[in-house]
Amino acid sequence: MKVLNEMEFSFESRSSNESFARSAVSSFVAQLDPTISELNEIRTAVSEAVTNCIVHAYKNEIGRISVTVKIVPENTVVIKVRDSGCGIENIQQAMEPLFTTAPGEERAGLGFAVMQSFTDRISVRSKPGKGTSVTMRKALSRRVSNG
Amino acid sequence: MKTSVTLDDGVLTVKICGEIDHHTAALVRKETDTLIQQKRPRELILDFSSVTFMDSSGIGLIMGRYRIMGLFGGYLRVVNVPENLEKLMILSGLGALKVIERRGEMRESA
Ligand SMILES: Nc1ncnc2c1ncn2[C@@H]1O[C@H](COP(=O)(O)OP(=O)(O)OP(=O)(O)O)[C@@H](O)[C@H]1O
Ligand SMILES: [Mg+2]
Repeated sequence: MKVLNEMEFSFESRSSNESFARSAVSSFVAQLDPTISELNEIRTAVSEAVTNCIVHAYKNEIGRISVTVKIVPENTVVIKVRDSGCGIENIQQAMEPLFTTAPGEERAGLGFAVMQSFTDRISVRSKPGKGTSVTMRKALSRRVSNG
Repeated sequence: MKTSVTLDDGVLTVKICGEIDHHTAALVRKETDTLIQQKRPRELILDFSSVTFMDSSGIGLIMGRYRIMGLFGGYLRVVNVPENLEKLMILSGLGALKVIERRGEMRESA
C-alpha cells in the first residue's frame, strides 16, 4: 500500500485528551478537503476508539495511547489507534452492538457499532494482557477542484 | 463544554453547549443528577441546540437520565437535536424511547 502522507502522535490516557485526539486527526485529514459530514464521522470514530482505550484498556491506570493516520491513494485515510492495556478476550463479542463490560458507568455498548457505521472498514487486533489496536479505513468523496 | 440551567414550574431545563464525549458527559451527569435529586422536577429537558459534537458517551448520558427520571416518576425530553447527530441517534435505537426531538421540531408536552 502506497502511503502518500503520514502522521503519528501519542498521549496519556486521560479523558481530558479525548477532544485533543479527535481534533488532531481531523486537522490532518482536512488536507483531503473532506465534507463536514465526513469530518464529523471521522471525529466520532476516533473519539470512540480513544475513549475505549481510556475507559477499558487502562481502566485503573494511566497508559499510553498512540494514533497513526495515513493518507493512501483513492482519497482514503487509514487511522490506527493503539493501546498497551488489558486487551480483549473475545473480539467478536466485544464488537456486537450493545455489548459492554461497563454498564454501571453508563456505557451504551455502541462504540464499535459507531466506528463500523462511520467508516468503511474496521479491523481489531488484541492480545489479553498486551493491548489492542483498532484500524479504520475511510474513503472520502472526491470533490471537483478547479486547480 | 458549558451548561446553563433553568427550573420553571417543575421543569428542569439543562442546555448543553459544546462537545459531549466521555470527559464532558461526566460533568453534565454530575450537575444534572445533583439538580434532579434536589429539585425533583417532573420533567427534565436536555436542550441540544448548541451541541457541536457527540459520541456514544452522549447516548449513555441520555439513557442514564431517562432511567433516573423514570425512577422518580418524571419524564425526559431531548430537544433541538442538530442534524449532524441524527445518524448517531438512529444507530443508538434511542428513537424507541420517544424522547428525541429534532431541531425546529415541536411536540405536545407529556
Ligand atoms: N481498547 C480496548 N481495550 C480493552 N477492551 C476494550 C477496548 N475497546 C473495547 N473493549 C471492550 O469491548 C466492549 C465494547 O466496546 P464498545 O466501544 O462497543 O462499547 P462500550 O465502550 O462498552 O460502550 P460505549 O462505547 O457505547 O460507551 C467494551 O465494553 C470493552 O469490554
Ligand atoms: Mg466504547
